[in-house]
Amino acid sequence: MALLQIAEPGQSAAPHQRKLAIGIDLGTTHSLVATVRSGQAETLADEQERHLLPSAVQYSQDNTIVGYKAYENAAHDPKNTIISVKRFIGRSVEDVLHTWPNLPYEFASECAQNVQIKTQQGIKNPIHVSADILASLRGRAEKTLGDEVTKAVITVPAYFDDAQRQGTKDAAAVAGLDVMRLLNEPTAAALAYGLDSGQEGIVAVYDLGGGTFDISVLRLSRGVFEVLSTGGDSALGGDDFDHALADAVATQLGLSESDKKRHYRALVSAAKRAKEALSEHDTAVLEIDSDEFAAVEISREQLQALIQPLIQKTIRACRRALKDADVSKDEVVEVVLVGGSTRVPAVREAVETFFAKPPLTSIDPDKVVAIGAALQADILVGNKPDTDMLLLDVLPLSLGIETMGGLAEKIIARNTTIPVAKAQEFTTFKDGQTAMMIHVVQGERELVDDCRSLARFTLTGIPPMAAGAAHIRVTFQVDADGLLSVTAMEKSSGVSADIQVKPSYGLEEREIAGMLKDSMSNAKQDMQARMLKEQQVEAARVLEALNAALSVDADLLSAEELANLQQQMQVLENVAANADIDAIKVAIENVDKASQTFAERRMDKSINIALAGQSVEQI
Amino acid sequence: MSEVQEYSGVTVTDAAALRAKTFLQNRGSGIGLRLGVKTTGCSGLAYVLEFVDELNADDEVFESNGVKIIIDGKSLVYLDGTELDFAKEGLNEGFQFNNPNANGECGCGESFNV
Repeated sequence: MALLQIAEPGQSAAPHQRKLAIGIDLGTTHSLVATVRSGQAETLADEQERHLLPSAVQYSQDNTIVGYKAYENAAHDPKNTIISVKRFIGRSVEDVLHTWPNLPYEFASECAQNVQIKTQQGIKNPIHVSADILASLRGRAEKTLGDEVTKAVITVPAYFDDAQRQGTKDAAAVAGLDVMRLLNEPTAAALAYGLDSGQEGIVAVYDLGGGTFDISVLRLSRGVFEVLSTGGDSALGGDDFDHALADAVATQLGLSESDKKRHYRALVSAAKRAKEALSEHDTAVLEIDSDEFAAVEISREQLQALIQPLIQKTIRACRRALKDADVSKDEVVEVVLVGGSTRVPAVREAVETFFAKPPLTSIDPDKVVAIGAALQADILVGNKPDTDMLLLDVLPLSLGIETMGGLAEKIIARNTTIPVAKAQEFTTFKDGQTAMMIHVVQGERELVDDCRSLARFTLTGIPPMAAGAAHIRVTFQVDADGLLSVTAMEKSSGVSADIQVKPSYGLEEREIAGMLKDSMSNAKQDMQARMLKEQQVEAARVLEALNAALSVDADLLSAEELANLQQQMQVLENVAANADIDAIKVAIENVDKASQTFAERRMDKSINIALAGQSVEQI
Repeated sequence: MSEVQEYSGVTVTDAAALRAKTFLQNRGSGIGLRLGVKTTGCSGLAYVLEFVDELNADDEVFESNGVKIIIDGKSLVYLDGTELDFAKEGLNEGFQFNNPNANGECGCGESFNV
């Protein structure tokens, strides 16, 4: 007998066509799966009633273990147990080793573009590992819903770049999931609270997990959440609270350094338990799992004093994020708390004091992202009447291509809502040019060197034409997940080439923030640089065209005229190598003047050739 | 003697009533639950279970265990006497129709014959 859920009026599905969809919070330390049943979004528990799944996978000789068991085994089988794999997705080995020099893993190659970890089961990359976590969550959902589940919405950090998003999507495909959309984590949290149908304005999402802190400033307008800024600290979280408390207790008990070292794990887990108890009670007893030590009573105030400096660090990041977003505190209409560490009363108080309004806390901060994802999945799979608006997302950085002179021509501006497709026409630079290199870049700066290179491909088979005669249409298309495909087509012949962007290495959140900041602080300089490059390209184009013409028709000029023209060209060539924009302009004008006679005679000559052998009547 | 057939309606078990009330409360609106049948599925008829925001002309309203149950006239023929239950099977949980009129189910139990 099938177990039925309550549908919205008129939305009952036929048997075997029930529209099931899940939302997955694929987290660094923990992951969750949620779904909407009988109109209610809820996270799904395993057989032991546990909702969280540690993001840990152990690859032993003959089986793969995911979750709690793997997490526990990490201590004695560190090489084969991969934890916090999210850090590695879409990043190069070099990048990973640079950030975390002390990882216990054995990498297949230290210079590869993608991370590959040697385990007893063979080489595993972050996509395999993430796929095993996703498959485990999918299995849980299928057991809970009693049917096959393939449709999913998966959340990613707002600062994830294309490579990291594509990696997440690939992992989902390996796990047999069809990703209807990748959703930014802070957006998911805002959705869980139904803020998409609430008051328009600024929403701040404060996400303090076990090991990371993220602050995101979003703007809601016409049902669209736009990420204005992100900030945080990838090495600050609730675990640091535990260590602060453990250190203080060790001092209070008069532990020697060696004793402390020996019992540190027990001490930290006792501190963690005491911290959690203090979220509910005014005092707690810190008991270490060892007979050697006396129990210590800790008050909420004591803990608060210890962790205050850490909390203030997060508040400073909030201030910076608001500044980056160029909004003031009183423009913030809602504050959302995410992450287990926001249960600590001192954290809530600090956030409330800073933003001068009570944050939203009614949804379990561990589950809020997954719940938002499930609500979005329910809408996307079609369980809601059409009147419910679909959420849109925006591009975090502009996308464009390189043009002559190393300039970045933006094709889709940052903060454009996606999905989107935009096209622009470009042309050839040289006579008879038959190929064109398309270099796809991401960033706000005017020069390609200051932007991030995403991909390169070449359009070949352009029919030979005079410079500037070819029409090459370059189309950028970004799908609902923020993934980019670029197509270049020459219009007269229809030859085309395209690429899906799966960039080879990742960007850190700091780097995105840095790139945005650079673009603003360097705006004037960039504009100058752009104007200079444009003049230099123009100079090169004029010289190129004249040289081509001279090689054919130099005999149209007298020796004196030729010498004069060549002299002006030499001047232009010299001036163009320098950075004086006005001097280049003047030199171009001079060459233009000096070549006027030449141009006229060439014109006459070609008309004469065209008219040769024709009588006047014929024209 | 009346020619109108008398219906005994449907009953809602304690477990189902508790869940139904919670779901309605979370949803924030809705009069009650619609039970119905539609002709589809691998075994002829399939059950419908939906929230109700407004009544249709041919709807009958019953109340059992504090929950309003709405059934359209046509469906009532097939559902009269049904008990609505809430059950758990492993991790899975949901509502169940214990229907005395049904005499054949497809393997999945989502559709039935009368």
